[in-house]
Amino acid sequence: MSDVLDRPDIGHNSDDDLKVVGTRPIRPDGADKVTGRAAFGADFNMAGQLVGKVLRSPHAHARIVSIDTKKARALPGVKAIITGADFPNLADEFHEGGEAASNLRDLAMNVIARDKALYDGHAVAAVAATSSAVADEALALITVTYEVLPHVQEVEAAMAPDAPLLHARMFTEGLEARPDKPSNIAKRNRLARGDLDAGFAAADVIVEGRYTTQAVHQGYIEPHACVASWAADGQCYVWSSSQGQFMVRTYCAKVLGLEISNIRVTPAEIGGGFGGKTTVYLEPLALALSRQSGHPVKMVMTRDEVFRATGPTSGSVMIVRLGAKSDGTIIAADVELKYQAGAFPGSPVGAGSMTALACYDIPNFRITGWDVVTNTPKVAAYRAPGAPISAFAVESAVDDLALKLGLDPIAIREKNAVRDGMKASYGPTYQNIGYVETLAAAKASAHYQIPLGPNQGRGVAVGFWFNIGGESTAAVHINEDGTAVVVTGNPDIGGSRASMAIMAAEALGVAVEKVRPIVADTASIGFSMLTGGSRTTFATGMAVVQAAEKVVAELKRRAALTWDVSADLVAWQEGAAHCLDPAKADKPPMSLEALAGQSARTGGPISAQVSLNAQGAGPGFAAHICDVEIDPETGGVTVLRYTAAQDVGKAIHPAYVEGQVQGGVAQGVGWALNEEYIFDREGKMENAGFLDYRVPVASDLPMIDAILVEVPNPRHPYGAKGVGEVPIVPPLAAVANAVRAATGVRMCDLPLSPPKIRAVLDAKEG
Amino acid sequence: MSKQHVSTIVNGDPVEFLAEPGTTLLDALRDELDLTGSKEGCGSGDCGACSVILDGRLVCSCLVLAPEAEGRRVETIEGLAHGSHLHPLQQKFLEHAALQCGFCTPGLLMASKALLDANPDPTESEARYWLAGNLCRCTGYDKIIRAVMDAAAELRQERV
Repeated sequence: MSDVLDRPDIGHNSDDDLKVVGTRPIRPDGADKVTGRAAFGADFNMAGQLVGKVLRSPHAHARIVSIDTKKARALPGVKAIITGADFPNLADEFHEGGEAASNLRDLAMNVIARDKALYDGHAVAAVAATSSAVADEALALITVTYEVLPHVQEVEAAMAPDAPLLHARMFTEGLEARPDKPSNIAKRNRLARGDLDAGFAAADVIVEGRYTTQAVHQGYIEPHACVASWAADGQCYVWSSSQGQFMVRTYCAKVLGLEISNIRVTPAEIGGGFGGKTTVYLEPLALALSRQSGHPVKMVMTRDEVFRATGPTSGSVMIVRLGAKSDGTIIAADVELKYQAGAFPGSPVGAGSMTALACYDIPNFRITGWDVVTNTPKVAAYRAPGAPISAFAVESAVDDLALKLGLDPIAIREKNAVRDGMKASYGPTYQNIGYVETLAAAKASAHYQIPLGPNQGRGVAVGFWFNIGGESTAAVHINEDGTAVVVTGNPDIGGSRASMAIMAAEALGVAVEKVRPIVADTASIGFSMLTGGSRTTFATGMAVVQAAEKVVAELKRRAALTWDVSADLVAWQEGAAHCLDPAKADKPPMSLEALAGQSARTGGPISAQVSLNAQGAGPGFAAHICDVEIDPETGGVTVLRYTAAQDVGKAIHPAYVEGQVQGGVAQGVGWALNEEYIFDREGKMENAGFLDYRVPVASDLPMIDAILVEVPNPRHPYGAKGVGEVPIVPPLAAVANAVRAATGVRMCDLPLSPPKIRAVLDAKEG
Repeated sequence: MSKQHVSTIVNGDPVEFLAEPGTTLLDALRDELDLTGSKEGCGSGDCGACSVILDGRLVCSCLVLAPEAEGRRVETIEGLAHGSHLHPLQQKFLEHAALQCGFCTPGLLMASKALLDANPDPTESEARYWLAGNLCRCTGYDKIIRAVMDAAAELRQERV
């Protein structure tokens, strides 16, 4: 474990030694969040602030001929108006954001359109005014002259040779030869192994299907919001709700051409992100409006804007072909994935390709992914980006294979399961994975044995997600009364303050209530990559533990100094230094409190900071079981039972780990049954609100049983693996497979909404 | 447009503020009274993040005009605890880890309070249908429902 500095003498690798890790304390920020005190993005105000609002394109694809702001500028109370002309044009530059790489040029043009609007909702201009009403009036007074262009939204239509082109400069990457014409296909990627034709030739059975999914939104309940202030000396301050204050700082600096040291970003509490807040939309606009007006500017999106201009993830068309021996051994797989990227390249088809077969040991396969731009909002990361989509196709096909061979759906997955030492379909060799354990836990669940009634069906599906580590910084400060402050730079979306406090308390040997975790602004802690990729508990947690261990080493040194013994004759146990020198056996232990109280006399304040680039994140595997009942009259699908088994490494705070699993399942069920972007003939979104874009509500769902399988990750001090993303990977197929079992018909097009189910039942009834 | 004077009672205290006739109760609470615990997730009554109790009835404060609060009693999340003593619903939400990001939590707590005020012994199904107007995107509702049922049980005990 080269990552770990100065490991304490008391080992904590065995569960028996853990006192705080694995317990369920009340979260440190809990009281604020149940009393309304917690300040989210829209809850912050600055003296003298203006209201900023965005004018958005009403067209799915249009050339911006001119923008006339004269009348709007003349309106009393209007303090600033900006358009794309107020921003520098950037060169192509890729930036690794944590969840996915972004081309900064595209990011800047998504923040505000330049010569073309590429989707309904694309920002075209923005105003800052003394009130919301004046800002609205000003937007109405801006005259934009558009030349409306033909648009294209469906992924296969966008790939057609005669499709309207979004970007004249885009030539497909990843082909054997550079094409001679531009197209909407940004990239082709390919993974392959073995001899595909020989594999299919040797197969006893072959199944094949064409599957489609629709664009869906992350659906966080908090709309994007920020306050930005550009002072006369060029010092910029941003308060915003995002998945990473350092990400906001970097992107604002790039989009506006600023030095990073001139921007300070304070993270608000974040009201959900799920990947959708891993980029910026409002912050650069608010800064530019503040620069022009000389006032702080507050901007808050409406829900309509959130749907039309942020997120979603890709809609897709997929073809899967599997070949197997009669005993269920899969020997050939051909997977083709076509993902919508939205207005700029960068769909998650790469991750969709890498995860598609990651649960399976298949000797011959080919996975082809297509990244395709469309006149829809630029996709943003959404929880295990790309993986639920390809898993829907592959897991549906595996279900068909099990049916054809008369095999139990868990048994066929066990037969083809990846194990330690095998080379993953996406390259590396698996180590310390808990996949077969997870399958076994699902199979052993009481749920799997419950008999089903009429119109009911059971579906099984599995899923994989990489999880990442990456750059993180953490500091641990010991207060003079022996309590501690833990400082990190990762917004707490789902309870990560609790896991940081738990890990610090474990390492320090104190009660968790003695540790106060805070999330600091960009000027108050070193760099951390954003909260995403299921990285925070793993990577930032590693930094926290190492900082706490450095503190323990310093505490031991201070005790040794006090006792006048060598530091290696001091042990740290249960929050106190113990003298191991036989000659001084009479020395009573010195508590953290005592050492902290005398720190001024032993060398000053005790604190430590660790910055690292964490490697060795353990991948996540999940196996889900879903029972549904179909209402034959309405075609409605009710989820009766749901069990989600998952390898979590080691659950630091099991209740919040279960919460991640349950939340991922709920989003997946919504994706499977209800959620979709619907566009009219002009390419405008028709359901940009929670009434018509229907996310699951409490009465749509049963209790969701989370089974936490713990196969520890040796690269983390307490064995943690990322847990937040993989639970959304299996549900699309688990639901679809259950619907197939209930109806006897394979449905390949999400969402499985009542009209589609009714159509299937009608066809069956003839 | 001239502003209207509104006198109302918020969390037991008389308050006054000026609001344009079209101002929502939610905006008045947040912007005039600095009670930012009630959240705006949609502005159209679909998400429930702005839930408050108006004269004993659960409402979306984004669908109520501020002048409609004249002479009435408004209960918001800021008034749920008694001083620093949390309401059993708040305590159970914490104990059950019934929140992740916490943005929907104020609305869900007020909706849950209205439920238990009206029905001290709801079934799980009744709780799920009552709370169907409050969207939570993080939790899958499992722990929220458990917390509400547990708080209901505790409140029934307290009454005995």
